[in-house]
Amino acid sequence: MNFVVPDFYPAAAEIFVAVMALVIMLASTFARSIARNLSYFLTQATLIGAAFITIYTMEGEVVHTFNNLFISDLMGDFLKLMIYFSTAIALLYGRGYLADRKIDKPEYYLLALLMTLGMMVMVTANHMLPMYIGLEMMSLALYTMVAFDRDSARSTEAAMKYFVLGALASGLLLYGMSMVYGATGTLEFSAIAQAIYNQSANQTVLMFGLVFLVAGICFKLGVVPFHMWVPDVYQGAPTAVTLVIATAPKLAAFAMAVRLLIWALFDIAEEWQLMLMLVAAASIVLGNLAAIAQQNIKRMLAYSGISHMGFVLLGLLAGVVEGDRHFALNAYSSAMFYAVSYVIMSLASFGMVILLSRAGFEAENLDDFKGLNKRSSWYALMMLFVMFSMAGVPFFIGFFAKLSVLQAVVAAGYFWLAVLAVVMSVIGAFYYLRVVKLMYFDEPVDASPISAPAEVRVMLSANGIAIAALGLAPQMLMSVCAYALLGSL
Amino acid sequence: MTDIPLLSLAIWVPILGGLLVLATGSDRNAPLARMLAFAVAVAGFVVTIPLYTGFDTTTSAMQFVELTSWVPRFNINYHLGVDGLSVLFVLLNAFITILVVMAGWQVIQDKVAQYMAAFLIMSGLMNGIFSALDGVLFYVFFEASLIPLYLIIGIWGGANRVYAAIKFFLYTLLGSLLMLIALLYLFMQSGGSFSILDWHQLPLPIEPQILIFLAFLIAFGVKVPMWPVHTWLPDAHVEAPTGGSVVLAAIALKLGAYGFLRFSLPIVPDAAHQLAPLVITLSLIAVVYIGFVALVQADMKKLVAYSSISHMGFVTLGFFMFNPLGVEGALVQMISHGFVSGAMFLCIGVLYDRMHSRQIADYGGVVNTMPKFAAFFMLFTMANSGLPATSGFVGEFMVVLGAVQYNFWIGFVAATTLILGAAYSLWMYKRVVFGKIANKHVAELEDINGREFAFLAILAACVLAMGLYPFPFTEVMHASVNELLRHVAVSKL
Repeated sequence: MNFVVPDFYPAAAEIFVAVMALVIMLASTFARSIARNLSYFLTQATLIGAAFITIYTMEGEVVHTFNNLFISDLMGDFLKLMIYFSTAIALLYGRGYLADRKIDKPEYYLLALLMTLGMMVMVTANHMLPMYIGLEMMSLALYTMVAFDRDSARSTEAAMKYFVLGALASGLLLYGMSMVYGATGTLEFSAIAQAIYNQSANQTVLMFGLVFLVAGICFKLGVVPFHMWVPDVYQGAPTAVTLVIATAPKLAAFAMAVRLLIWALFDIAEEWQLMLMLVAAASIVLGNLAAIAQQNIKRMLAYSGISHMGFVLLGLLAGVVEGDRHFALNAYSSAMFYAVSYVIMSLASFGMVILLSRAGFEAENLDDFKGLNKRSSWYALMMLFVMFSMAGVPFFIGFFAKLSVLQAVVAAGYFWLAVLAVVMSVIGAFYYLRVVKLMYFDEPVDASPISAPAEVRVMLSANGIAIAALGLAPQMLMSVCAYALLGSL
Repeated sequence: MTDIPLLSLAIWVPILGGLLVLATGSDRNAPLARMLAFAVAVAGFVVTIPLYTGFDTTTSAMQFVELTSWVPRFNINYHLGVDGLSVLFVLLNAFITILVVMAGWQVIQDKVAQYMAAFLIMSGLMNGIFSALDGVLFYVFFEASLIPLYLIIGIWGGANRVYAAIKFFLYTLLGSLLMLIALLYLFMQSGGSFSILDWHQLPLPIEPQILIFLAFLIAFGVKVPMWPVHTWLPDAHVEAPTGGSVVLAAIALKLGAYGFLRFSLPIVPDAAHQLAPLVITLSLIAVVYIGFVALVQADMKKLVAYSSISHMGFVTLGFFMFNPLGVEGALVQMISHGFVSGAMFLCIGVLYDRMHSRQIADYGGVVNTMPKFAAFFMLFTMANSGLPATSGFVGEFMVVLGAVQYNFWIGFVAATTLILGAAYSLWMYKRVVFGKIANKHVAELEDINGREFAFLAILAACVLAMGLYPFPFTEVMHASVNELLRHVAVSKL
């Protein structure tokens, strides 16, 4: 086999981030006295730089490189941009929190950058191998970040749990990949699709592989029945890390689902749709019911996240109806819109938890939100936006996210699923309303002023306003999602 | 016709004004917040006046139409317009908002800016509901109006306010989300249109029609509220501050009834005919059974709340008579009930502000200390029981006539409300106002002040004017009601 120098151009952003990660590692080793600030600002600069490179190298068409291991398309570019964006905001929110707990080591930012790189690899993978490598890169960085507060027993326990279950899920995924390889003789997504199309694949082995792949994806999305890690890890991890886990990795997992299920296995869509249907229904039911019982806001948001991911799956499973594929774009872009909306809301919700925390105090119980309207009516209003948006009440982005997903489900004819989702949303509205109740109807138990740094306040306000503004004018984000997928389907 | 987007103004003047009031911030600026809120409320009413004066009563078409694309991805339009069915509610709503601001002037001392802003924003959203001609736009306003009311009940309400607020929110949310699925189904069937007017023309088989009708019935039935999903209303009313009760009774309850006219009847007429017996039965139960329930209430607000349910039962009954008398009577009843129930809650508010009790047993002999108030209260109580020459009579009489046309026995049962309504209203009035001075708190009562006199007098004038000369009201709705009935009579199968 001849060695051909691959085209590095489409992967410029990945290469940039990888190089910068090394630069930050070296710089923070040699410049110890300013390492903390240096690594933080360099990380943010890297994310911004990567965004510019991604925009600059964006091409309207699909480009393959590295022997078809790597793909550059609009969906990937869009998701990558959202990943930089949410990681940058998450790091911004978390910086003061980490400093208050004296765990703002330079390595933290390095790990965050490596996690970002892992997600970028996942998003641009056109082959099982880079997909798996990217996933592991992301996950290993995350396991370490969860354990970053190493003196906290709860954090290390959460990290251990996350690691063991994550490794199991990776194992399942790898096993599934090997079976798909056995059935089709290839690991490249388009070649797998071709093999299935030609009916040259062994159906039994393929189905077994599919089950394991779906299990792996579901684990990473954190949906029932692979959700057990979610509440414990969210609660145990330092809030700044929870914020990271709850945002960008969901987009990466979504990209993984799209690449594996839609790119490689689209011809057996009706098989995996059935699995996703059960998973989605179970997630929406369990997530909403379990969230009601929570007293800890991080756990509550974890369960609410499970149900939100269920909604994302609702979009993914409505693409093909009895062999008819013309719903696909509508359904998948709805799912993507939902995932992006969720990330925006999730950033703001955990951002609020960080805002209320301070040195020596974790604002993680629901009661810590009591009387927020008296302490600061502005941030109470922002949290009100987030909660009503998550509940799917209009004039907020969450409503349009629910609308577009439900529209896809109804278009596919799954009325029972839509009714179930709607009924569970009403039950779910209860715990969001409870937060609003605590903020507005109750007296504060803790009257200390809010002491978050200025940049967190400004960003959080912008985040809250964005939730309302995107709810008033959702068209742009919706069409971007649709356009990004259009080229890839 | 003018080129000024009057409906947009009617919606956005109160909302933006409300945000402005919110921006005045803490209670240090309370006087400013009050003045500003009053100015915005008046401005909000002024912009709706041309809707009435410029209204063409000869046509049933939508007027003052505005149409801009909002979310092209799902073909959602910012489509506004009013016809004879809706225009009066926009005016009523803007009008009531002024009274609500006045009613909260002194009583509300805590978070004044937020209180006033919540009412103004809600008023704008409700105008949006009455003028939306796009399904999603309607839904968006319909849902969003829950948020301010939830906060109003929860923050400024009575002892059990949290329970009432959450119950109110969840009940209405369940109904409206089922409606959302129906809207999405219609969107699909109509080939990608959310326009309510397109849906009016859309042929549908009977089974989907029935399912859609039921989804709408739950959504609007909860909002009306119809028996047996009415239980949120007494709780919400009792715990809400006076302004909240007024808005709930005068406007919010009308949303459900309006929904029947705009959605259920014209979109699924065949199902409406088939399921009319169900709705009529539920309405009659509301009229008679809830009338008896009202009779035994010990709490004045609860009594008026139950009487509202009973009156709204009359409204839904009128709609499903499918004749002009019934539908117009129901519409008149809605407007009249807006004035009368609003006035009743304001009267109770006047008493509550002084005594901090709503229990009938705590009162007695109020007429001795508050003669002016007693006179106004008398008028409104009479209107509530449907005395001729008050607005309450016109609507009830028309609906009873319509019902007798449809079926004598239905008319007969419905007419019992005239007895029941008189019984619970007047008996309450007697116990509260007449007799000897019951205790020393009543002896210390002061009569109404100028501000209270002003809003009660305005309402009294409205109640009498509508009772004596209802023509300006019925004239507006006539063409649209006839067109609606013509439309409903044609099968869509």
